[in-house]
Order: sequence, then structure tokens, then C-alpha cells
Amino acid sequence: MDTCKKDMNIVIVGHVDHGKSTVIGRLLADTGSLPQGKLEQIKEMCRRNSKPFEYAFLLDALKDERAQGITIDIARCFFRTEKREYIILDAPGHIEFLKNMITGASRAEAALLVIDAHEGVRENSRRHGYILSMLGIKQVSVLVNKLDIMGYSEEVFNNIVKEYSEFLAAAGVTPTSFIPVSAAMGDNIAVRSDKMPWYDGMTVLEQLDAFKEELPPDDLPFRMPVQDVYKFTSSGDERRIIAGTVESGTLRAGDGIMFHPSGKKTTVATIEEFNRPKRTAVTSGYSTGITMTEQIYVKRGDLAVKTDEKPPVTASRIEVSLFWLGKDALTEGKRYYLKTGSAKVPMRLEKTDYVLNASSLEKTAKPKVEKNEVAKCTLTLERPISFDISSELSGTGRFVIVDGYEISGGGIITGVAGDEKIRQNVLRRNFLWEKGGVSLTERMERFRQKPFVIMITGSKNSDRKTVARELEKLLFANGRSVYYLGIGNVLYGVDADIKTGHSEDRDERDEHIRRLAETANILTDAGLIVILTASEIDEDDVYLMQTVLGEKIFTVRVGNAYDKEPAFDLSVDENDEKAAETIMRSAEAMRTEEL
Amino acid sequence: MDHLDRLENRSIHILREAYSQFKSLCMLWSIGKDSTVLLCLARKAFYGHVPFPLVHIDTHYKIPEMITYRDRLAKEWKLDMIYGENREALDKKLTFPDGNATRIECCRNLKTEALRHTLSGEWPRYRLNHATGNYEKDSNTEPYTGVIVGIRADEEGSRSKERYFSPRDKNNDWDIGDQPPEFWGQYKTDFAPGTHIRIHPLLDWTELDVWEYIRREGVPVVSLYFDQGNGKRYRSLGCWPCTNPVESDAKDLDGIIEELRSGKFANIAERSGRAQDKEDGGGLEELRKDGYM
Repeated sequence: MDTCKKDMNIVIVGHVDHGKSTVIGRLLADTGSLPQGKLEQIKEMCRRNSKPFEYAFLLDALKDERAQGITIDIARCFFRTEKREYIILDAPGHIEFLKNMITGASRAEAALLVIDAHEGVRENSRRHGYILSMLGIKQVSVLVNKLDIMGYSEEVFNNIVKEYSEFLAAAGVTPTSFIPVSAAMGDNIAVRSDKMPWYDGMTVLEQLDAFKEELPPDDLPFRMPVQDVYKFTSSGDERRIIAGTVESGTLRAGDGIMFHPSGKKTTVATIEEFNRPKRTAVTSGYSTGITMTEQIYVKRGDLAVKTDEKPPVTASRIEVSLFWLGKDALTEGKRYYLKTGSAKVPMRLEKTDYVLNASSLEKTAKPKVEKNEVAKCTLTLERPISFDISSELSGTGRFVIVDGYEISGGGIITGVAGDEKIRQNVLRRNFLWEKGGVSLTERMERFRQKPFVIMITGSKNSDRKTVARELEKLLFANGRSVYYLGIGNVLYGVDADIKTGHSEDRDERDEHIRRLAETANILTDAGLIVILTASEIDEDDVYLMQTVLGEKIFTVRVGNAYDKEPAFDLSVDENDEKAAETIMRSAEAMRTEEL
Repeated sequence: MDHLDRLENRSIHILREAYSQFKSLCMLWSIGKDSTVLLCLARKAFYGHVPFPLVHIDTHYKIPEMITYRDRLAKEWKLDMIYGENREALDKKLTFPDGNATRIECCRNLKTEALRHTLSGEWPRYRLNHATGNYEKDSNTEPYTGVIVGIRADEEGSRSKERYFSPRDKNNDWDIGDQPPEFWGQYKTDFAPGTHIRIHPLLDWTELDVWEYIRREGVPVVSLYFDQGNGKRYRSLGCWPCTNPVESDAKDLDGIIEELRSGKFANIAERSGRAQDKEDGGGLEELRKDGYM
């Protein structure tokens, strides 16, 4: 049965006028795939306009398109071989129409890239080649076209193969094949040409059938962006169904399921169907719906994963590779929306690492990304989202950017930015934390206090340690369970492996601060109030400690102001005898307010 | 997952995306096979419910059996059924059968204009009251901002250029030269006030896919598609003055599928029985720019 036959999307790309439409026209005609009406209609049109018939006209079905003589949008053509059904997506070659090419190419499993043998490798030959690699299309066959007007020269063919192979290698693409063709004459398209005895490879049609079908990503971790939650109570249906399309993996009734970024867990009760046989498992590509054993709050934008599989990444600062299609450049400071899976979150361009010239592959530092450019950037999201790193799980590792009402760019997530890595560690640490037999709540009841952290800092010469010790004594005398931990107490023990003595080294300093905060985290988990001291703490340090501790710390400066100081909760004079008391009252007031 | 499964699941994904992103959403139901398949996909997507109204533009020249069938299914499946019309053109007889308009002008009056004003809410909408079984003037005149339509890319040239989510401006215009990019399952769901989005879940389906799906799923279709014994059947349904049956003795789904796959229609365009397509080189495209489906 034909319905059991596989189908495959193929995209045709390349520079303007290099013959993409002619290749498709030939493929359709030579495989007998044209609807009768179509060929007659176009031939009649050519007769009326006294133009010689060309295969390309078959595709140029629109009036204004014929007027311009260039393909302006993606068009689909269908044809079949013995092996499978093909949907050919005709991507335009004009530089203005990159977004149409991406629309076509993103649906394709393989690509044909056409290069005019007479004109040679041109800007879009390169640009399209590069973007195919970003879109993750691994099967690319290069057709060197119009060899009839070059006397079917093997040398011309070989020169283009050499030049273009070198470019593709730099872009990280390995072409499946190079085929010498003349689409207009039909050489090596569906039928082997006798004009090029020096070529013994495949025809285009043979190459199409030789492309491999992408295996569905059923063996990868399960990922399903929640599209919607249905409850049609007014129609007498009491089911609460979590709807979505499986991006990768396999889900079965009874599986433990977790929703990110909230991290809420439950179990799959049923996989729902209507007018379809009941099933107990769903795999990638299925638009499905599940019910849960426990009615936890789930909403569109959540990412459903299985509890026993690799968790996704949750972050609000991400490193990406992107292409920009918008009329207005992607600019720092402006507010956009980022969409990934079913999540949609406000975002800003934090910085552009470099803009890549897709033709020359040169990297240039620029503050913004213009239309049709490709760049490596850092994006800041207004709230954290859950996703995967593209190289690990491509389906949930890509995004689009909406500017105003328009999708204006897209890209792949290559990593999380800077301190986001610490956030990841913290999430992982919390996830894997081995709980003791006594809960924090029980400790809080015993100690009659909520644990928190007070950071006492000041310039290098300030007497923060004396103030800290006074504060510790005062809190203890007031019935608090408290512990004073100076950074010196970790430097030579916990930090012995990294301590070099170069306190200017920012990375080393960050690691000292991180370890101090991690140590404090253990103490607060034990229910204690912790007093930390360290000199000349800056805003990044405070942010880092709060990331590690997962909550606000109370910051105090002792003595004079210093460079790069953050905004403090309190400043005290080191000679003030009441300094410790002021800190205690102020810190407890803040805690009470928070509680 | 076979070919039809792939198409079905992608269409369901698009329908759900539309339902989640558009507050004022409707689906056009022409009573033809394509939009009826779309209706069945919606029931599957929403587990037996159709959570938005179905809008039918009644030219009053539809083959009568189509209207009977529409109302039968609407009652059986408890559909929120709405129809709209161009009352003025009908009253003034500005139609092709009345001899006062060309075929294209008639399409424009009875379909395009009626559709535009029904979607915008400017002209009356008639809604099926399931308690009485009658159509009553609908009090809701809010414009629809999302309109689900069952067009397919293989139907004719201009449709092959469409997007799944295709914007129409304030005048219903379709800017073919500047369409939104659409990739990785992300669609244009943001739109300026006064504009709306057409949603096309069947874009990747072929005529043969539709019939094979109808057979697999047992989708009910109007009997006009089958030869009733006179050696003729309709391959595409429209208004009776402009739609001619084709010579065919296909009496059932197997017959139709065989005819399309390898038989007499394997290489003949589906809309060859539609007279308005032939009147002008780009007639249909012009109509589509104006909002025709």
C-alpha cells in the first residue's frame, strides 16, 4: 500500500538563477508527476506570451512571480518514486528572501544545493550552505548545474567541487555528494547522461532515493512541551488532559513525570485517545494528551520530562547561535519575546560575541545583528525557562525571537552563560541533596529561629572581624543558635586545592566565594544563623552568594566606603560600640518583615 | 508512524496551537471533504469536542444535499454551527445564475464579500439553536481573529505558497511577497489589532491523502462525491451553477482512491470541474488575495 511508503521532505537551495526551479521542473516532468492540467496551462501561457517554454515556469505559478522572474516563496511539489514519496520545497535564491528558505529548509531531511557551473560559487551558495548546517540538515547533495554550456567539462566540475568542499569543511558540513548536471537538458537528473562519461556517480533521482530517513528520536530522553490543559466540563467531560506533541523519547502510562521549570512531579495515569485505538505508550511526533494521578498545577509553557531521565537545563541567561531575519536589527536593550517549545518569555540581547559573515566565515565584533546575518550572542530572559543544549537534544534546544508581531530570528542554544553554570550546580545539588532524618522545619521549631546569613564586609583595613565576633556573642546571648565563619576559615582548608595567593584572579576569587557560600549553606541547613566576613565584597559576589544560598543575604559594611561596593542593607561605624546591636535589630527586623 | 499518522498529528498540533493562542477563533466548514476531514481532526484534537464555532458561507446556490448534511452532522456532533450570507447581493440578484455577474464577480459577491463581513461581524451571523433546531441571529458580533481553513498546498499554484499560520491585513489582503518565516513548529500567533490570521492545518495533505484518511477514519462525506448510477460524480463541491460532475463510475471510497492513485484522475487537477478557475489567468489568486478560500 502506498500509505505505508515513507515520505521525505527535500529542500532545494542555492544562489539566484542557478537553476533550482529548473531542477524541480525536470524532476516532476521526468518522473511523470505533473498533473495534466498544469503542464498544459503553462505551455498555453508561454504560447500566449510568445515565450519559449521552460521547466522552471511550472513552479512559477503566481502572476507577479512570473513578472519578476524570481521565485518569491517556498513552494511545495509532490512526486513519488518506487521507494518513497517526496515533498520538494523550493527555496528562493534572492538575498531578500532568506526567511522563506529557512521556512523550507527547517522542514527538510535532506537538501539539494544548486551551483551554476558558469557563475561558480556565489554568496548565497555559501550562506545557504552555512544555514543548512545550523538547521541541523546533515544530508546535502551539491548539484553543479548548467554544465551543458560549459561543454560538460570535467575540469570545471572538479574546480567547483574543490572550492565548495573547502568552504563547507570550514562551516562544519560534509556534503553527501557532488553531481554534475544540466537541468535544462535533463542530464543526470532522472536519466544518466551520456555526455559526461567521466562521471560514474549517482543521478539526482538515485541520490534522492539514497538519502537516509531520519530515525524518530524515540530513544532519547522524553520531552513534551505542554501545549494546553483541557477540561471540557461544560460538555460533561470531567477529564483534565495535559495536551502536547512529543518532541523526543517515549512515554508510558505509569511513568513518573516531572514538569519544568517548576519541578513538580506526578505519575501518568492514562494516555487519552479519541477515535483511535487505546494506547499505553506514545513516541516522538505524536500529538497526545495525558491524565495524571495527582492534580498538580501545570500550564502551557511547562516542559514535561520523565523523572528517571536526564533533566533539562533551566536558566535565564543563555548562549546561542542565531540568524536574524527582521527588517530592524537585533539590538541590545530592546525587549523581544523568545519562544521555545510552548514557552514564551520576554528577553533582551545582552551582548553579541561576534557576527559571522556567512559568505566568508569571518567573525566581526558588532553591537547588533542585522537582517540576514548569523551571530553568536548571549540572551537574558526575564524568567528562567527549561530547555536542552542543542548538541545534546536538538528538538528542545532551539528557539525563535519575536520582534513586535513578527518572528524575526531563530537559533540554537549552545550553552548557559557564566554564573548560570553555578545556578545549574545549585539546582543539581538541591535535586540530589540527601535529606537527613530531622527536617529543617523541626530544627526551626527546636531553635525557635529561621536560619539566615549575615555578610559583614568593608575595606581591607576595616575591623569587620571584631564586629562579627561581637554580633555572634550578642545573638548567642539572646538565645540564638549562631556561628561565625570568616573567609579565612575556608581558605586554607576547604579551599586549599585552589588557593594561590593571587587574590586579583577573578575566577579564583569567585570560587572562594562560592565555597564560602556552599559551606554557609550546610550551616543554614543545620538551622543556624551564620555570620560571614570577607573584605571588599562587590555586587557580583553578593549575587553569586545569593544564587548558591537560594535566598537573600543581609549585607553590612563596616567602616569607610570602598571601590565597586554594592548597595548594603546596613552600614555601621567600626568605632560604634552599639554596632553589633544595630546589626542584630536591623537584621531581625528584615527577617520578620520577610516572614 | 505512517504517512497519514504524520499528517494527522501535525494537523492536530496546529489546531491545538490555534485554540490556545486565539481568543476569537472559528473554523470554516464548506461541507466539502477537506473541511469535513478538518472537523474530524478537531474532534480528535479536543477529545470529541469542537471548542470553537464552525462557520459556513451559504451562497444559497449550494447543492441542497450539502445543507441537509451540514445540519445533520451539526446536530449529531453538537457543533456550534454558524452561517453567513450576502443578503443584499441575493436580493438584488447580483449573481451569475441571474445573469447579472460574471462567474468571478459572483464568487466575489456571494463568497468573498459574505465571508469578509461575516468574519468581521458586520453582517448578521446565524447560529444553530440546538434546543429548537433552528438558526437564529447571533448576538455575538465580535470579529474572528483566528480563522481555521481547510486548504491544501496541492490544490493550485497560489495555495502552494501558503503558510500554516498566514496573516491577513485589515482589508483581508494577503501579502504573498512578504510572508512570515515558519520553522521548528513556531508560528505567527502575534498580530496587530484589526488584522487576523488564517490557519491551515491541511496544507501538507494531498487529495489522495484526504480520501485515504476518510476511508481509514470512516469520515462521513456527502454522497454527491460518489457515482449514483448515472456514471457521474462530483470531485469537488461548490455552487451548482459553476460546479460540474466528472465522468466517473467510482461508487465508493475504494473506487475513488483507485481512480486518484493510478486510474483516470491520477494526472488531472482536482478543480478541473470548477468553471471560475478558468475564467482568468490569475483569477483564483486575485480572489484569494481578497479573502476567498
